[in-house]
Amino acid sequence: MSTQTETTTIPSEIEQLRKDFPALHQTHPNGKPVVYLDSGASAQKPQCVIDTVSECYSDYYANAYRGVYYFGARIDEGIERSRELVRELINARSTSEVIFTSGTTMSINMVARGLGEGFFTKDDEIILNVLEHHANIVPWQMIARQTGAKIKYLPLTEDGRLDLDELPELLTEKTKLLSVTGMSNVLGSIPNLEQIISACHQNGTLVLVDGAQLVPHASVDVQTLDIDFLTFSGHKLYGPSGVGVLYGKETLLDKMEPMLGGGHMIDQVFQDKSTWAELPAKFEAGTLPIAPIIGLGKAIEYVRKIGFEAIETYEHNLLKYAHDQLQKIPGLTILGPGTEHKGAIASFTIDNLHPHDIADWLDRSGVAVRAGHHCTMPLHDHLGIHASTRASFAFYNNFSDIDALCEGLKYTLEKHRLL
Amino acid sequence: MSTDQYEELYEDYILPHFEDPYHKEEIECASCQHSERNPLCGDTVTLQLIIGKDDIIEKAFFSGNGCAISQAGASILCEEIEGKTVTELEKFSAEEMLELLKVPLTATRQRCGLLGFKVLKTMLYSRDGERIEEESTPSP
Repeated sequence: MSTQTETTTIPSEIEQLRKDFPALHQTHPNGKPVVYLDSGASAQKPQCVIDTVSECYSDYYANAYRGVYYFGARIDEGIERSRELVRELINARSTSEVIFTSGTTMSINMVARGLGEGFFTKDDEIILNVLEHHANIVPWQMIARQTGAKIKYLPLTEDGRLDLDELPELLTEKTKLLSVTGMSNVLGSIPNLEQIISACHQNGTLVLVDGAQLVPHASVDVQTLDIDFLTFSGHKLYGPSGVGVLYGKETLLDKMEPMLGGGHMIDQVFQDKSTWAELPAKFEAGTLPIAPIIGLGKAIEYVRKIGFEAIETYEHNLLKYAHDQLQKIPGLTILGPGTEHKGAIASFTIDNLHPHDIADWLDRSGVAVRAGHHCTMPLHDHLGIHASTRASFAFYNNFSDIDALCEGLKYTLEKHRLL
Repeated sequence: MSTDQYEELYEDYILPHFEDPYHKEEIECASCQHSERNPLCGDTVTLQLIIGKDDIIEKAFFSGNGCAISQAGASILCEEIEGKTVTELEKFSAEEMLELLKVPLTATRQRCGLLGFKVLKTMLYSRDGERIEEESTPSP
């Protein structure tokens, strides 16, 4: 847990932290300093993570769980150390509940298919909502099509939060699973997981939390919240790309079928059949993303040293400043709830200006944001827009970054003869 | 290209095509038409052609929604292809379309700039398909 000292450390030491991230000190080809406001898509990496990955390849690389020699043993130790660091991060009961995957998308697919036909039968219900990323919609549609299960959508409030008043009505004896984001990747909305999970469990419904956006910004305790499945990606948590995590309660993982068959996930292989290995190996077929896993461990150590309490406080102040400043831009509408109900993301539209044009002209100002539907087409349909512009923040952003965003927006408006 | 040159071209060439586009309207009597959507951002372009004697494009119209680059691109395309033959358009390349846009585009934005072009190419391709089908179907 963070101490009070750590809470007050950021923002005074923010400039010191920024030095840890080499990409934040690069220059755009047009000479402008780069302002990175796309951490929601993928976060920048601190030098210690880059060095850890590099050392893994240069000093002791080998395949995992296969080499009896020195290099192999070091790799195995590195992977298991990362697994323990993930366990501590989310407070899982045991490292058997921590599965390394390629990312959140893979993790969610593994649960959907792993539960599969043995769990979902015709007319069973799965509850989703339109805030969800395509990665938390499409796998459920696929399993619904396969099993005859039905997908129901929990409605949103006017301001883009989950309308939990509607949840009791939606839960029936057929509701097998509810899958929900921990934090919307567009609106930033943070659902009340405690309330959702409690209502679902009273109904005998399992809950998967897509933590891709939440885990890099807040402390998530799977035991306190009683989460059944938690999924997240390493690359949004300041770690390397190519690695993600699936947490599942051991009792559930034991009942699930592995999605992938191959090396390492077996106990015994005969000519006509095979038996599965114990957890977590049962879900880790093939060669793991070795260096990314070891790098993720380092990223977790780095973030926990700063402390999530400090990160949350600082990012919230950053978000409030962003909202205040963005609202001064003529024609700009911030999508979603007020800052009290959301994480460090500000998605917006500007009258008569297309998100791709905005992102393109912001890039000319050195400011990196995302434009498009952000893999949430149902949400954009619900909002009645095709696309939006998204600025997403991390603890390494400072208040000047937000000033640069607003200056860039004014420049964009001028260049489109709108100011 | 320097920032100043880019800004000048954008203001003098792209924005006028975006704000006051060439033949941005829907017509009733098109010889053929086709629509496409950029899945990244939902931008749409519909192209309608009136093809006359000797397969010459007499008129080209477009409609749609989207960013300045995709909509200006469709406007520039309509202006360019009128008077050309279908055979000439079959040889018309993506590189040539990007040259017509004059401003340099990153790979992602090339999808915007080439949206109208993609509509044209798909339309010509399916038109060829239909024609081949018509020719191979024995008349009653």
